[in-house]
Amino acid sequence: MISYIYLVPLFPLVGFVALGLLGKFIKKEVIIGSIGNVSVFLSFLVSCFIFFEWISKGYEDPVVVTLFPWISTGEFDVNWAYQVDQLSITFSLIVTGVGFLIHLYSIGYMHGDRGFYRFFAYMNLFIFMMLNLVLANSFLVTFLGWEGVGLCSYLLIGFWYDRKFEGVRIQWTGDAANKAFIVNRIGDFGFLLAMFLLFVNFQTLNYSQINEFLSNSYSTLYNSTLITTITLLLFLGCTGKSAQIPLAVWLPDAMAGPTPVSALIHAATMVTSGIFLIARNATLFALAPNTLIVVAIVGTLTAFFAATIGIVQNDIKKVLAYSTVSQLGFMFAALGVGAFTAGVFHVMTHAFFKGLLFLAAGSVIHGMHEEQNIKRMGGLKNYMPKTYLTFFIATLAIAGIPFFSGFFSKDEILWKVFSSGNTILWIILVISAFFTAFYMYRLLMLVFFGKERFDIHHLHPHESPKIMTIPLQILALLSAIGGFVGIPYALGFWLGKHSNLFEHWLEPIFANANKVFVLSSVHRFHLPNQVHFEEYFLMVLSVVVALVGILLAAKFYSDEELSIPKKISTNFKSLYLLLYHKYRVDEIYFYFIVDPLIFISNKLLWKIVDSKIIDGIVNGSATFTVKISEILRRIQTGLAQNYALVMFFGTILFLLWVLVGF
Amino acid sequence: MELLLTLFLPLGASIVLLFVRRHRINFLKYFSLVVSLITFITSVFMLVKYDFSKANFQYFYEVTWIDQLDAGFRIGVDGISVLLVLLTTFISPITIVSSFSAIEKREKEYYILLLLLQFAMTGVFVALDLFLFYIFWELVLIPMYFIIGLWGGKNRIYASVKFFIYTVVGSLFMLVAIVWLGLYVGGNILNLSYGFTSNFIKIKETLDLHQIPFDIEKWLFLAFALSFCIKVPLFPLHTWLPDAHTEAPTPGSVILAGILLKLGTYGLIRFNLELFTFSSIYYAPYISVLAVIGIVYGALVSAVQTDVKRLVAFSSVSHLGFVVLGIFSITVEGMQGAIIQMVNHGLSTGMLFLAVGILYERRHTREIAEYGGIARVMPAFSVFFGIAMLASVGLPGLNGFVGEFLSLLGAFKSPVLNSYWFTIFAATGVIFAAVYLLTMFQKVVFGPLTNPANHNLKDINKREWLYLVPIVLLMFWIGLYPKFFLNYSEASVQKVVQKAYNYKLPTQTQIELSKYWNSKKSKLK
Repeated sequence: MISYIYLVPLFPLVGFVALGLLGKFIKKEVIIGSIGNVSVFLSFLVSCFIFFEWISKGYEDPVVVTLFPWISTGEFDVNWAYQVDQLSITFSLIVTGVGFLIHLYSIGYMHGDRGFYRFFAYMNLFIFMMLNLVLANSFLVTFLGWEGVGLCSYLLIGFWYDRKFEGVRIQWTGDAANKAFIVNRIGDFGFLLAMFLLFVNFQTLNYSQINEFLSNSYSTLYNSTLITTITLLLFLGCTGKSAQIPLAVWLPDAMAGPTPVSALIHAATMVTSGIFLIARNATLFALAPNTLIVVAIVGTLTAFFAATIGIVQNDIKKVLAYSTVSQLGFMFAALGVGAFTAGVFHVMTHAFFKGLLFLAAGSVIHGMHEEQNIKRMGGLKNYMPKTYLTFFIATLAIAGIPFFSGFFSKDEILWKVFSSGNTILWIILVISAFFTAFYMYRLLMLVFFGKERFDIHHLHPHESPKIMTIPLQILALLSAIGGFVGIPYALGFWLGKHSNLFEHWLEPIFANANKVFVLSSVHRFHLPNQVHFEEYFLMVLSVVVALVGILLAAKFYSDEELSIPKKISTNFKSLYLLLYHKYRVDEIYFYFIVDPLIFISNKLLWKIVDSKIIDGIVNGSATFTVKISEILRRIQTGLAQNYALVMFFGTILFLLWVLVGF
Repeated sequence: MELLLTLFLPLGASIVLLFVRRHRINFLKYFSLVVSLITFITSVFMLVKYDFSKANFQYFYEVTWIDQLDAGFRIGVDGISVLLVLLTTFISPITIVSSFSAIEKREKEYYILLLLLQFAMTGVFVALDLFLFYIFWELVLIPMYFIIGLWGGKNRIYASVKFFIYTVVGSLFMLVAIVWLGLYVGGNILNLSYGFTSNFIKIKETLDLHQIPFDIEKWLFLAFALSFCIKVPLFPLHTWLPDAHTEAPTPGSVILAGILLKLGTYGLIRFNLELFTFSSIYYAPYISVLAVIGIVYGALVSAVQTDVKRLVAFSSVSHLGFVVLGIFSITVEGMQGAIIQMVNHGLSTGMLFLAVGILYERRHTREIAEYGGIARVMPAFSVFFGIAMLASVGLPGLNGFVGEFLSLLGAFKSPVLNSYWFTIFAATGVIFAAVYLLTMFQKVVFGPLTNPANHNLKDINKREWLYLVPIVLLMFWIGLYPKFFLNYSEASVQKVVQKAYNYKLPTQTQIELSKYWNSKKSKLK
C-alpha cells in the first residue's frame, strides 16, 4: 500500500483538473461538491490505510517512492519523489482529515455562490500542493508545494475579487491576496538561498541524504557558520509562510477570503508549513544552537505580540487570525527549545480547535448574513445552539482547560520551555497564554452571550444547515479528546512507559536531533519518564492562569454596558490605539521600505537613469551626428568652382608633401 | 534535409506571396499559416531524429560559396541551437494566427516580411559560417524595422529607427571582429591560400588548440559581446527595448520578446563562450554584475509603469538578466538554466504580450488604470493571462521556475564568479517579479468592474483559444518534465563548460575553492 502513496496527492489533483476544466458546465452544486469532497476523502482514506499498514508492519526507516525525474542536469538531480515516514503520515492525515471536514462544510457555506466550482477547484489544488509539501523527499519538491499553497492562498484570499476589504493600503480583497503572496516571496527568497547553500555543500537536496551526511559529521558541523546560515535562511522562509515576526503582517489581511479558506489554509494547514519544515530538518536545526535561540525568541515574541493585538480587535475573524499567529508562535517557541514533538503535537491539536473556531465563526457569519463585527452581535447562544456549543468547546481547548486537547499540547510546550532553562521566554509565554484565554473568552462572551446588539426586527440569525454543523461537531469531538494521544508521563505514568503515544510515534524522526543534543552536552530537558514536582506545579499554574483569564473576561464582558473595558480603553488610550492598529507595523513597512522603493524606481531609475541619462546619451549622439552633418553639409556646395579651388590647393599640398617630405 | 526545409520553407513562402494579389487576404493569411505549420512539423522531425548523446553539430550541410573568403553556406545544429530553432518554429505560427486580427492594413507586405523574418532568425541559429551568420544577423533587422515602422503604434517611427541604429552600431563592431578573426585564423595560424576563413567549425577547432593572446582576444570578445548584449539587451544597453516592444504590433512584440532577444544570448554562448573562452572567464564577473543590475533594475522600473505593455517590456530586461547570469556562471547548471530560460521567456513573455494584445484589440488602450474587474467579463482570458503571469513570476511547476532556479544555482556555485553576492542580489528579482506582475494582474483582472467601457468585453474567441492553448501545454511540460528539453542541450553545454575548466589559470580561487569543497566532502564522509 505504501508504494501507492502517490494516490494521496493524485486524487485531489484529479478533482482540481476535473472541476477546473468541466466545472463551468456542471450546473448542479451537488455534483461539484461531491467531486470536490470525494477526492479529498479518498485521499484521506489512503492516508489512513498507509498509517495502519505502517503501524502493523512496524516500519522504522522512511520509505521513498520515486515517480519520475524532475530537474536534472549537470550535478543537479532531483526526482519527483515522496517520502513516507511518521512525520509525513502525521501531516497528511491532518491535511486530508481536517481538509475533508472543511470541504464538507464548504458545500453549505458556499451554497449559491457564483464561483462555486471555482472554489472547490482551488481547494482541491490546495490539498494537492499541501500534500506535496509534506510528502516530499527533497527540499525542491517541498518548495514546489510551498509555492503552490502560496498560490492557492493567493487565489482564495482574492476569491471574491470584486469585494471591498479594509486594511492598510488595501481596498479590495485582491490587494490582500497580493500582500500575502509578496510577503511570502520574501520568505521564499530565504528558502531559495538555503537550497543553494545546501546543494553547493552537500551536492544534494534530498532530505534523507542530507541527514545521512549530517549524522556522520556532527562534531565538524555543530555550530558552524554554514549550518547556522542555512537554518536562518530556512527560518526566514518559515516566518513568511507561518506568519511570524517580521513577516506576520499578511495573515490578518488574508481574512479577506471566504471563511472555510481561513480555516483550512490560514489556520489548520498551510501556516503550519514552517513548523513542518523545521521538524523535517530537525537534525539540521539541532546542529545550529544559535538559530534555535532565534527561533525560540521570535516564536515567543510573536506569541506575545499577536495575543495582545487579539484582545482589542472587533472583527471575529481578525481576533482568530491574531490568535493563529500567536499559537504558531507557541509552536516555534517549542521548536526553538528543541521540543520538536511538542511543536508538531500543537500543530495537530491546533488544527482541530482553530479549524473549528474558524468554521464556527463562519457559521456565525453565515447565520448573521455576513456580519463580522462582534460589537454588532451578542446573544447568539439561543439562535444557534450547536454552533455555540462547539465554539465553547474550542475556546476551552485553546485556553488550555484540562483535559481538552489544547491543554496537553500547550502544557507540554510550556513545560519544555521552562525545563530547558529559558525562564524569561517561559514567563512571556505564560502571559501570552493568559491573554489567549482572555481574548477567546471575550470573543465568546461578545458573540454568544448578553443581549442582541443588532436589529432583531430586520436580522434573524439562524442555525446553519446540517452539512455545516456536522463537521463542527466532529471537530469539537476531536478538540475535546484529541489530546489524549499525548498524555505527558507525569499524568500518565500509570499507563506504562509510552503514555505519550504521540511522542513515541515521532521518536524515530527526531532521534538524530536528540542525539545531537546529547552529544553537544546540551541536556535540554530532564530525562523523560521521570516525574518532577515542578511539572505538576507548572501544570496547575497554567490552568490557574487560563481560568483567571476566562473569569476576568467573563466579568468584563458580562456587563451590558461594557463599562470596565471602556474605562480601560479611555484611560490607556494611546496603548489601546497602538494595539488596535497592530503596533502600526504595516505603516512602518510602507513608510520605510515600500514607499522609498517606489520613489526610487519611479523618480530616479525610470525618469532619470533611463529617460535622461541613457536615452540622453543615445539621442544625444544621434543629435550630435545630425549637427556635425549639418556643418559638413556646407562643404557640399554643388558649385564646380569651389570644388576646383579645393582640388587646386589639395594638389599643391600633395606636391609639397611629396617633394619636401614634411 | 529537415534542417534545410525548416530554414527555407518560410523563405520560399514569402517569395510565393510576392506573386499573390493583395486583395486575396484570406489566402495570404492561411498560406502563411500552413507553411509555418509545415515548418514546425519538419522541425519537430528534426528534433526527434537529433541524437542528443553527442555534442557535435548535426544535420550539417555545406556548399562552398566565396572561395576567396573561404565562406560557405554552412549550417547545422547542436543541442543548444536545436531548441532555439524549435522555439522559433513554434512561436511563428502563433504570431501568424494572432496577426489575423492585429494587422488590418497592407497584409501582403506584412506576411512576406513576417516569413522573411522567420527565415532570417532561423538562419542566425543554424549558421556555422561567420560570413553567413553576419548576413542573417543583419537580415533580421530589415523585416523587424518595417514591422515596427509600418504597423506599430503612435510613436512607431522613433521606436523603429532607434531599434535599427542601436543594433547596427553593435553589429558593426562585430563585423570588424569577424574580419579580424578570419584573417588571424585563416592567415596567421592555418596559412590558407587566401589567408582568410569564415568557417566557424574550422575556426573553433583551431582556437581550441591555439589560443589567441589575451590582449587581442579581449577586443574580439568585447566586440562580439557588445553586439550581442545590445540585442539581449543587457543593462545599460536596453533602452531601445521598451520603445520597440511597446510600439510594435502585438505579433511584432511576441517575436521580439520570444525570439529576437534570444539571438543575443545565443550569440554569447556560441561565439563569446565557445571561441573566446579565456576572455569569457575573465569578463564573466563584469558582465554578471550588469546582468544582476539588469534583473533588479528592470524589475523595479517595471513596477512603476502605467502602460501594461511597457511593463511587460521592462520585465524582459529583468528576465534576460537571469539568462546572461546563467551563461556567464559557466557551469552546466547555469547554462542549462539559461537555455531553458530563453525558451521559457519566449513562451511566458510572448504569451503576456499576446494577452495584452487581446485586451488592446478590444479596448484600444494599454493604460492599466483603464481596466479592472476583467475577470468577470472575460473569465477564460483571465485564466490564460494568469497562467502566463505565474509562469513569468517563476512559480514551480510552470516553466519559468526551472530556468530561473538553475540559472541562480549555477551562479551560486560558479567557480568563475566565485561570490554568493551575484545570486543573492539576483534572487531579490524573484521577489520584485511577484510585486510588479501581481500588482498589474490585480489592477487589470481583479477588483470591481467599474469602467463602463469594459462592461461588454467579449471573452476570447476560438482563434485565440487556438493559439493560447499550445503555449500553456508547453509551459506545463517544461515545468513538470524539463528533462526532455534539458537532455538535448546537456552534451553541448558540457563541452563548452569543459573547455572553460581546462583553463585553470584565470582564477586561482577556483582551484582553492575546489580543494575546499573536496576537503569538506571528505570530512562529511
